[in-house]
Amino acid sequence: MSDGTETPVVGRGAAVIREIMSGGAARALLSVVAGFVIGAIFMVFSSEEFLAAAQYLTSRPADALGAAWTAIAEGYSALFRGSIYNYTAGSFEASIRPMTETLRFAGPLIASGLGVALAFRVGLFNIGASGQLLFGALWATWISTRVELPWGVHLVVAVLVAILGAAAYGAVVGFLKARTGAHEVIVTIMLNYIAAGILTFFFRTPELLREVDGGGTPKSDAPAESAQLPLLLGPEFTLHAGFILAIVGVVVYWWLMERSTIGFRFRMVGHNADAARTAGINVERTFVLAMAVSGAFVGLAAANQALGVRAGLTPDIDGTIGFDAITVALLGSSTAPGVLLAGLLFGAFKAGAPQMQVIGLSPEITGVVQGFIVLFIAAPPLVRAIFRLPPPQKTTVIADWWQKLTTKGDPK
Amino acid sequence: MSTVVTPGLFSQVDVSVSKKTPYLMAAFAVFVLVAFGFVGKTDIVAFQWSKEEDLIHLPDFLVASNVVGLVLGTVLVAIAVFSFVLAQRTRVTPLWLTLVFGLLAVVALLAWLAAGNTLPFAFILGNAVVLAVPLALGAMGGIMSERVGVVNIAIEGQLLTGAFLAAVVGSLTDNLYLGLIVAMIGAALLSMVLAVFSIQYLVDQIIVGVVLNVLVLGITNFLYAQWLSNDGQNSNFPGTFPIIPIPGLSAIPVIGPALFEARITTYLAYVIIPVLWFILFKTRLGLRARSVGEHPLAADTVGINVAVTRFWWVTIGGLVAGLGGAALTIGAVGAFGRNMSGGQGFIALAVVILGRWHPFSAAAAALLFGFSIVLRIWANQVSPGIPTDFITIVPYVVTLIAVVGFVGRVRAPAATGKPYIKG
Repeated sequence: MSDGTETPVVGRGAAVIREIMSGGAARALLSVVAGFVIGAIFMVFSSEEFLAAAQYLTSRPADALGAAWTAIAEGYSALFRGSIYNYTAGSFEASIRPMTETLRFAGPLIASGLGVALAFRVGLFNIGASGQLLFGALWATWISTRVELPWGVHLVVAVLVAILGAAAYGAVVGFLKARTGAHEVIVTIMLNYIAAGILTFFFRTPELLREVDGGGTPKSDAPAESAQLPLLLGPEFTLHAGFILAIVGVVVYWWLMERSTIGFRFRMVGHNADAARTAGINVERTFVLAMAVSGAFVGLAAANQALGVRAGLTPDIDGTIGFDAITVALLGSSTAPGVLLAGLLFGAFKAGAPQMQVIGLSPEITGVVQGFIVLFIAAPPLVRAIFRLPPPQKTTVIADWWQKLTTKGDPK
Repeated sequence: MSTVVTPGLFSQVDVSVSKKTPYLMAAFAVFVLVAFGFVGKTDIVAFQWSKEEDLIHLPDFLVASNVVGLVLGTVLVAIAVFSFVLAQRTRVTPLWLTLVFGLLAVVALLAWLAAGNTLPFAFILGNAVVLAVPLALGAMGGIMSERVGVVNIAIEGQLLTGAFLAAVVGSLTDNLYLGLIVAMIGAALLSMVLAVFSIQYLVDQIIVGVVLNVLVLGITNFLYAQWLSNDGQNSNFPGTFPIIPIPGLSAIPVIGPALFEARITTYLAYVIIPVLWFILFKTRLGLRARSVGEHPLAADTVGINVAVTRFWWVTIGGLVAGLGGAALTIGAVGAFGRNMSGGQGFIALAVVILGRWHPFSAAAAALLFGFSIVLRIWANQVSPGIPTDFITIVPYVVTLIAVVGFVGRVRAPAATGKPYIKG
């Protein structure tokens, strides 16, 4: 007991609170809060009313404060109206449409976030989600525009091809890392550009994927109707079955990482590759497999992007998903529920853009919020310092309680 | 042939004497000889060495396209054979020879593309240099940081910061030099965040780098949309630095107008690259920095303060990268545009690796990327139908090949990417 680092004896309740506050979930939540606060500051300083009132701040400070409050309230309520529930809309359909938009945007973010998260768990950094997405989307578009298949089969084949294409592109990364020791970050960055070049070439060449009767700009045909992801809520809403794919992805990810042998092997390599090697795991093969599976999850996002549209595709179908996926995985701390929630949050940011545009606030503000959230997430000591959180606890009060609850009778 | 896989960030296969380089050279040489020579186009190419207004005007050099292919192809084959001979005697092909090889291959490609047209050599070279400057400066920042053991994925963010601040401060104050300085300081502050997080808090360096990129992109996109696009006259109309011809040097035929009629940002790059080389490889300061990047424990043992060394090199690297960002706006086109760096920071990262963490080779690699950008635009004009998308991806494929260890030996500083925890 002479050891000075021993945790002081505290009550059970206090221990529980300490454990919660030091955990990842509390940190993620507080990072989001901090991100929103900084976003609010940006809103205030870009409000013309506030800047005008700030000229005479000393004589009438209430004006400036009021303007600041208005700017924040208007900004975030526009985000709310655009992404969750539009209370100003006339009909019921119009009021809940924002929510469905959020789900639609969240689909590819969740799926690609799972891909990046899986790589994180194996100790790999998959910065190549955008390349994998493009490569999967390329072959999915081939199936959806150049191949005729019966109703039902067509869509299934197209989705599978998207997954396989992205998985193959991811496996290349794993193979190069395992075989030559090349770092996956550099390899994936290069492969992103290469995939973009290949896709543009395919979309530009009439014999390959260019739109029939299309002009000089690289663009593909719209996917055949039999290969489109079906709308979930009727023609009133744009939400399509891509979101279902993402949810299936979340469940599969959870099972794979938490319950399966492969997942156990993945995590083992991620914790300590040398120890895993000593324990008889083929680390190189695990890298290849992990990158392939990581790519497969990104392939779900590729299916979303390539088959969830009713118009022709352009080479920028990956949008910013490649990097958004990293932020989703970071915020979701690479767990299935975390990635789901983080994907929904960032999907809401995207869905809220039009409403913010309406009130004259640039929707890019969500990029600022997103950036600060992941900055706080990436640096746990920073958040702990800001919110005076306790350091990580070694107690297991909650886990013990949970075990007691889930095991019948006396755990002993 | 023994292969040793080292666990560093950019760890590479370590091959005793590799014949990969000669084999690859032979393949390229034969390709040039056959594709551009034997089955090449017979149309005449006019090599335009200088512009009308140049001091010393060289006449255009007229030659059939396939003749150029044949002659250069033969020279390339000779170089490949020489490389084989060197490999037989367990000697590595010198870097300059590889560079000459690449340059000749590029000229053969140009002559093939321009069959039946003029080839504005000075124009292409000059533009390639302008485009290469931000890449080269970003890469110098990257080299400074990786040589001391900190991976800098945030070059992209630093370029973007520099580009934004240079344009905005330059416009608001009407003083481009002030804009340049603020751009450098801004990027250096960003570097400090990277340094503190990775050295003090031991956060994964790559994650911090990516996060900083996301952050800077978010902030500049917002400020651009909310402010610059509405108030462009006052806040985003900086103009560019004047083009200053260097007396004497700019009169040299062909390369003079291309290299020595440039803006101050380009000249600063000319100064920084050799100075960085000198400091890194010829001074005690550089030796210490490199030792921190290769073996921090040993450096610590002989009394070098690892944390402080890393902090300052990373920060000053940010200054240089910020200059590169300024070169994108006030050193080239003037106004700032949304996501102006557009991935050039990642290309700079590729340049660092392709240049093997060496300032001169990195500058040459940056020039290669500069060429590829100009080529894409120019090839589209002279011969439509060329798959320009493939010209676009050539540098990335080359980098990929280099990283996976086919072109000679690429080895990063051993401790790159690893935090050093003082025991």
